[in-house]
Amino acid sequence: MNLRRTRVWRSIFRSGEGDSNLHRSLAVQQNVFLHLASVKIRARALEFGVTWYLGTLSMASFVILVGTGVLLMLYYHPSVPQAYADMKDLQFVVSAGVFLRNLHRWAAHAMVLLVFAHMFKVFYRAAYRPPREFNWVVGVMLLLLTLFLSYTGYLLPWDQLAFWAITVGSNILAAVPLAGAKIRFLMLGGHTVNANALLRFYVLHCVILPLVAAIFLAVHFWRIRKDGGLCTGDKNGDKSGGKNE
Amino acid sequence: MKTECTHCNRRKFTNAGLGSLAIAGIGSAVFGYDFLSPNALYEPPQIVDAGTPDRYPPGSVTPHAQSGIYIVHGPEGLYALSAVCTHLGCVTAWRPELELIACPCHGSKFHIDGVKIEGPAPRPLPWLKTWLNDDGNLMVDRSEILTRKQFVRVQA
Repeated sequence: MNLRRTRVWRSIFRSGEGDSNLHRSLAVQQNVFLHLASVKIRARALEFGVTWYLGTLSMASFVILVGTGVLLMLYYHPSVPQAYADMKDLQFVVSAGVFLRNLHRWAAHAMVLLVFAHMFKVFYRAAYRPPREFNWVVGVMLLLLTLFLSYTGYLLPWDQLAFWAITVGSNILAAVPLAGAKIRFLMLGGHTVNANALLRFYVLHCVILPLVAAIFLAVHFWRIRKDGGLCTGDKNGDKSGGKNE
Repeated sequence: MKTECTHCNRRKFTNAGLGSLAIAGIGSAVFGYDFLSPNALYEPPQIVDAGTPDRYPPGSVTPHAQSGIYIVHGPEGLYALSAVCTHLGCVTAWRPELELIACPCHGSKFHIDGVKIEGPAPRPLPWLKTWLNDDGNLMVDRSEILTRKQFVRVQA
């Protein structure tokens, strides 16, 4: 029995059989996960040299971080002083806990590095130029979100390093003219880095920032298609950026 | 003939809708700000009871690690100094062998009257309001920074 001809398969994937351009286009268009991307791209855009796959690698680290992060949440209580004990349990007691925690940590480092590298690559290939200037701005927002995610995640182990890093960081924020002390108070939910701050950072780290990042990511990928595909720098077919005369 | 301008009603409707949304938006912002400011804080209070003054013999510097203050008994009397570094908020440490206050984070150093000796700290360590309460205990308000030096004198 051909699986693709079963009624169930046909009810899920409605583009039908056949390898015409229309069928292939429909297969992408009618898939909620693929429809953000273009149905057709230049073969050159898939070459390693064009992007070094840095955007894809950044996204891959994000996926790893969400996966490992959700699993870590099953053993982590964002309360004082339980958080530190839970972190130690993840390292020494929970099966595969140390693997998940280290994977989360290394992927977080990798993501910051990859996002910066992606930005440099886009910059030096002039792929930020019109018509892609708005997608550059979306990218800057994603860079900031990546840094906020790193910063909020830094407090969660609730060790000395975390505590003082957030104390120092929140005091830098307090240097904002006029509203600085108030912003710090709202961010920490108190005057010092304490239980409220841990809970606020936890909610930001696990819910609010990933959700906002996912929305920006969707816009970022959709805009690649809307802005005429990846900037390949070719003379043919790409009227923007790159090495056009 | 019916009304000449059929879209005027729609425009009115849209404007009323946008106006309501704007008012709701401002309301949400006020509500959100209020919600995010905790009304009760479960953290060490700003006013610290430092105990009876005879705990602090003349010439002594006593750090209170939990509340982040120093009680200093100088020649002119008792005074309280914030132990929180004015650079980025680390808790400083009293170094008796050097007779100065040093910050472990970025190396700022202070005299025992709070004046900066060296390092990145932009301001001296603040003097905090001190007084004796009815029981004769030394009280320190960490939220009230003195602009002029003030001493609590106790009879020996």
